[in-house]
Amino acid sequence: MSRPESRGTGSTFLGMPARPPRVPYGDGNLRGEEAFPRAAAGELRNEQLRRNLGRATGTIRGKRLAVTGELPDWEELRDAGAALKTDALNRLPELLEELERKVTERGGTVHWARDGAEANAIVTRLVKAAGSDEVIKVKSMATQEIGLNEHLEDAGITPWETDLAELIVQLGHDRPSHILVPAIHRNRDEIREIFLKEIPGVDPSLDSVPAHLAAAARAYLREKFMTTRVAVSGANFGIAETGTLGVVESEGNGRMCLTLPETLITVMGIEKVLPRHQDLEVFLQLLPRSSTGERMNPYTSLWTGVTEGDGPQDFHLVLLDNGRTAALADAVGRQALNCIRCSACLNVCPVYERVGGHAYGSTYPGPIGAVLTPQLAGMHAADDDPNSSLPYASTLCGACYDACPVKIDIPSLLVELRHQKTEESGRSAERLAMRAAAAVMGRPRLWTAAQRTARLGRALAGRDGTIGRLPAPFSGWSDTRDTPAPPKHTFRDWFASDEGAAALRDAAREGERRRAERRTSGDDQEDQ
Amino acid sequence: MRIGLFATCLGDTLFPDAVRATALLLARLGHEVVFPPEQTCCGQMHVNTGYQREPVPLVRNFADTFGDASVDAVVMPSGSCAGSVRHQHEIVAERYGDPALRTAVAGVKAKTYELSELLVDVLGVTDVGAYFPHRVTYHPTCHSLRMLRVGDKPLRLLRAVEGIDLVELEQADSCCGFGGTFALKNADTSAAMLRDKMRHVTATGADVCTAGDSSCLMHIGGGLSRIGAGTRTLHLAQVLAATRTAPYALTEAVR
Repeated sequence: MSRPESRGTGSTFLGMPARPPRVPYGDGNLRGEEAFPRAAAGELRNEQLRRNLGRATGTIRGKRLAVTGELPDWEELRDAGAALKTDALNRLPELLEELERKVTERGGTVHWARDGAEANAIVTRLVKAAGSDEVIKVKSMATQEIGLNEHLEDAGITPWETDLAELIVQLGHDRPSHILVPAIHRNRDEIREIFLKEIPGVDPSLDSVPAHLAAAARAYLREKFMTTRVAVSGANFGIAETGTLGVVESEGNGRMCLTLPETLITVMGIEKVLPRHQDLEVFLQLLPRSSTGERMNPYTSLWTGVTEGDGPQDFHLVLLDNGRTAALADAVGRQALNCIRCSACLNVCPVYERVGGHAYGSTYPGPIGAVLTPQLAGMHAADDDPNSSLPYASTLCGACYDACPVKIDIPSLLVELRHQKTEESGRSAERLAMRAAAAVMGRPRLWTAAQRTARLGRALAGRDGTIGRLPAPFSGWSDTRDTPAPPKHTFRDWFASDEGAAALRDAAREGERRRAERRTSGDDQEDQ
Repeated sequence: MRIGLFATCLGDTLFPDAVRATALLLARLGHEVVFPPEQTCCGQMHVNTGYQREPVPLVRNFADTFGDASVDAVVMPSGSCAGSVRHQHEIVAERYGDPALRTAVAGVKAKTYELSELLVDVLGVTDVGAYFPHRVTYHPTCHSLRMLRVGDKPLRLLRAVEGIDLVELEQADSCCGFGGTFALKNADTSAAMLRDKMRHVTATGADVCTAGDSSCLMHIGGGLSRIGAGTRTLHLAQVLAATRTAPYALTEAVR
């Protein structure tokens, strides 16, 4: 099944640094079960999902445009965000060591996890050491990525998601389909159904009014907050200068987890480190405006180590690599690590809007997911690795680049990943076709001959001059679109013909005549 | 001005009327149009599909054909092909080309324009003297909009057309779903995007949906043709080339 990921020529270079490892095949949630086009076709059949997504992304797009448009220095903020992230990644090792030093000085414990398996093992050990068989969780992409919940359950520990949307997903035995709004694919009626079925002792007359649904979840969660002794969080930012961790959220459930339990375990991807406390100034403006379309998120929690008599008395920070060093070693991957997980690119992506997050098969869906996922987990762990279809899950329309608060040039990165993909796949039918096309198009004479051959396509056309059904691989196209038959004459035929020369002369004369008319009529507004 | 016309492979073969309109329009504006017959394709399809070695001969051919100093500017009736020349040829030359190719690519890139850019920015004209008494809606293609940043130049050109009834397209800046080989590799998703685009186009009640890229128009027009919609697609150059003496007849075949 698996294939080594060597990219070299096969010769050995003694003393050369090894390529950092990607996420091992089969670990965590960075690889779907089927290629994007197939998975997308399944999702596209779900009309309800399409409506839910269209409505949600449309609303959030409008909100984002309103709050970014009101800032006169939005572009400068984006530049600042990009520069700060680039700087942080360029000196990641020293910043991480500084972070470790500061966290330790403030009474915390830092753990380094090479991959998801190590991180899962560390968290499990810490929960058991705290004598607990359950944890409350703050919404976290990193723990989704490594499949922490599944791992904890296998170890007999029950994880309780406390973010409302994450809770809906968990109770629905579902997977999140959006970075920011994990239950974006569900509407309020579906949520009511889930709550009625899964929350013990819920009022059977519960209706689908959002406030009532939220109240039902709140009553359910309140008990968990009061009784659970260990919490697991992610982190939006880790400040090297002070050892401070930060989480931004909307509901305050995260803050309950961060303050009530005795033990707090934070799992943070190593790319989340920022040099200075002051840098938050930029990101606390960029993130909420880009993600929820709000000027400020309702809850921002910052915590530094342990404070005696206040909050968790035992704090652990797990620094997660899981393919990030491999991404950092790659020019494409390094740019992708600038991502602050705001999900703006998902909300503006026409592909995401139609198919939703599940089709991407990864914790990270949408345009940035199509870049990040292959970077962290590789594209060729198997011959038909679904991840190798992700760079093609885009029309390269560029909306994501315009929306990205840290100016990640996602379309260019996708083009680059496609190149890496074709280089890794070696000889394929597609490559041969591309090579043949280039061979013809590189030689004008062959190209003119090919154009003549193309005109034979006219035979396929109906009376209206269009071609209906085409054979594979064009059948997907011709299922919904007519194709014009090639006209009798190419442009080059016309241009070289007497008719073409005469038409161009006439046009020039006509233009000259009209310019003369305008001059005599005293009209200064010459069109040339 | 002496303007080199790059027909693009698709324009030359499938949409010669759009290229012809470009040539006639520029001639009418008093410019000399040159068509070097050595030209073929910009290689965008290759690069966008992930192949950067294969199009080296195409990049070289483009630079050789249009690098000629006697041509003041190179124009093409395609935002995506102009985007390819301006943003992708460098990548290909940097990776697989020689220093001479890199120099040639940089030189030709600097004088390459999409049609609306050439008209407004270089030739300084927004009223091209066109006459098009029909209801028209405009779809700004993604690469014109976000790769070249043509902004409202095409709309300024259209607004100056005599007799035109220009109607706004809802969610105009949303992609039509073509994306080159995307329409083949992700046919179902592409079709879903096309359906929404067609819904917005037909809702305008326009006779004509125009754009600056034949490939996007082939996609939208192919869909409209399949559902038997009343709106047809026409390249921006064809709208701008129509005059009172040489009007465009809507009864003509789409091509």
